[in-house]
Amino acid sequence: MELLSGGEMIARALEDEGVEYIFGYPGGAVLHIYDALFKNCKVPHVLVRHEQAATHAADGYARATGKPGVVLVTSGPGATNAVTGIATAYMDSIPMVVLSGQVQSHLIGEDAFQETDMIGISRPIVKHSFMVKRTEDLPKIIKKAFHIAASGRPGPVVIDIPKDLTRPDETFEYSYPKTVKMRSYSPAQRGHTGQIKKAAKLLLAAKRPVIYSGGGVILGDASELLTQLARKLNYPVTNTLMGLGGYPGSDRQFLGMLGMHGFYEANMAMHHSDCILAVGARFDDRVTNTVSKFCPGAKIIHIDVDPASISKTVMADIPIVGPVQSVLTELLAQIDLLTEKDNSIPDQSALERWWQQIDEWRAAHGLYTGRRYDESDMIMPQQVIESLYRATGGDAYVTSDVGQHQMFAAQYYRFDKPRRWINSGGLGTMGFGLPAAMGVKLAFPDSEVACVTGEGSIQMNIQELSTCKQYNTPVKIINLRNNYLGMVKQWQDMQYEGRYAMSTYEDSLPDFIKLVEAYGHVGIQVTKLADLDGAMEAAFAMKDRLVFLDIFIDPMEHVYPMHIAPNGSMKDMWLSKNERT
Amino acid sequence: MRRIISMLMENEPGALSRVVGLFSQRGYNIETLNVAPTDDPTLSRLTLTTVENDLRIEQLTKQLNKLVDVVKLADLTEGAHIERDLMLIKVRATGTAREEVKRTTDIFRGQIVDVGPTVYTIQLTGTSDKLDSFVAAMAGAEILEVVRSGVAGISRGEKVLSL
Repeated sequence: MELLSGGEMIARALEDEGVEYIFGYPGGAVLHIYDALFKNCKVPHVLVRHEQAATHAADGYARATGKPGVVLVTSGPGATNAVTGIATAYMDSIPMVVLSGQVQSHLIGEDAFQETDMIGISRPIVKHSFMVKRTEDLPKIIKKAFHIAASGRPGPVVIDIPKDLTRPDETFEYSYPKTVKMRSYSPAQRGHTGQIKKAAKLLLAAKRPVIYSGGGVILGDASELLTQLARKLNYPVTNTLMGLGGYPGSDRQFLGMLGMHGFYEANMAMHHSDCILAVGARFDDRVTNTVSKFCPGAKIIHIDVDPASISKTVMADIPIVGPVQSVLTELLAQIDLLTEKDNSIPDQSALERWWQQIDEWRAAHGLYTGRRYDESDMIMPQQVIESLYRATGGDAYVTSDVGQHQMFAAQYYRFDKPRRWINSGGLGTMGFGLPAAMGVKLAFPDSEVACVTGEGSIQMNIQELSTCKQYNTPVKIINLRNNYLGMVKQWQDMQYEGRYAMSTYEDSLPDFIKLVEAYGHVGIQVTKLADLDGAMEAAFAMKDRLVFLDIFIDPMEHVYPMHIAPNGSMKDMWLSKNERT
Repeated sequence: MRRIISMLMENEPGALSRVVGLFSQRGYNIETLNVAPTDDPTLSRLTLTTVENDLRIEQLTKQLNKLVDVVKLADLTEGAHIERDLMLIKVRATGTAREEVKRTTDIFRGQIVDVGPTVYTIQLTGTSDKLDSFVAAMAGAEILEVVRSGVAGISRGEKVLSL
């Protein structure tokens, strides 16, 4: 057996785990590890410009590939800077392993230089964490960390490593474990057959069914099965913000996103449904509106790998705990069995009436089919997303930041494939988009990667333009520029009589074109609608350059539909500034 | 309703803070908390009491079960169980109070475990209600200090919480 130092063990374990990229930033407590990476490690390291970006880049990589993202940061400020990114990954159940340096063991608790209690700080935002006490435990702990991060309901895992455990002059026998066994951790492997049978019966008896699927379908690689199920039954499908791409966005059976800024037809169908099949979704407050008024006539079948997600806010009539892939496979088999025996189910005439009703809703207020948006002299944000869609053939990886631009992207870019839409849904982290796009582009250098952002969000991690230069990640940044914190402004318009408390920058915004040029990239300003498609095409034609499109949009535009809150139900929506349901 | 939740958890540093942290993180209150190693040195037994409705308790037990350090968990109040709280209480014992404190202690089957010229220290075990009653019965005496272990509990009969 080989003798390795702690630092070397970490480098080797990451190789043995098949890690493709380490996103990180060196510092005192991790210098031994960095030296080991430098001397002998096949895994490339990406030096970010701020540790928050390391976590978002690893997160973007993980969302696009399905493999855990890996982050390496130093103790103290390195670790605390990573916290927002870890929380982002936690809220969206993204697999991630964060290695944080710690001060030497004998200094812990003494308020040493760059000491912080990372295990304590990260506790509420990790799936699990490890404080390494003995160097020889490192391989086992790293193996466990990857296993926990990626299995069951995925999530971030922190490993805190005191500097003395990585010193080069102390070596130990190294072997990387092949399997993990933990008595206290065993996520569900399959759903309960009895429950699945009941679910199949209820689903087939439905007259107004809706399939409501979330991020769990993407994370659980179950989009194909979900699509198969929906097509077999001809049932309508709606996706959550996290679930977009779980069902083809341009398909006839797709009702669009649901929830606060969901499509009219999706929210109406949910409200009037008699049977909701929830798959890998968690009845988030941004979906349900007032819980007590949520879908009054619906029986609810809820499939989720995490038992705590079931009946947390909305009671499930048929709860099924298990991985969505295995449960959907079994559910499909049960449905085949039942429909072979009885060809009168599902009730086709009821289904036809249901589709008729849905098509009426669509025609009246559907985002793609009914009223789209008001046009003005200025470029409308929706037009930018539609232009992006055309320029990329609907097949780009689209990351976003947080705000109005995020909702416009979610509504107007019709994601046909899973893992293409990459945004911070749960935590709503501004500054996520650019570093996430970087992580995606590294994973898929030959694919188009666009970051839809606003001038507020982009400035939260704009320093990563430098990282993009160093590692040649030619992403396209689509800046929806309205000179306001748009979503804040929208709420101030709607609820604070247009008092724009600290939501404008006055004339302090940088010249983004000069700024990106200073970083060595290309900037294009677009102020007229007539130039939009041309600029978009020009940007994507520059395959090997990062292009920043600074697109001036109508600052007065709001995101609609929008749930009426408080005390509204799914069907209560603002459809425009002066039109409501 | 008051619940007694008992769990076996890995005897690891940080395990307790994860359990306790989850309560504040998700807005639950802990009334009492008791934790100590078991016959298996790798496991700790933690018992806590909380007052919540059934839905909140279901969510709480699911969240606790999700903690990687929690190996096994039971809501003891779901079945017949025994609960014990231990109290040490120091009271002023001078003049007529000295005899009265002794009498009350005997009625409650407590023990005086330390005697000083002016104070008694009394040990009493029982349900939390019994300990509360004792403290109420001592209202006439001057209570100097009270320390309680928090509830420890175990199911009656064959039912066990073990691996």
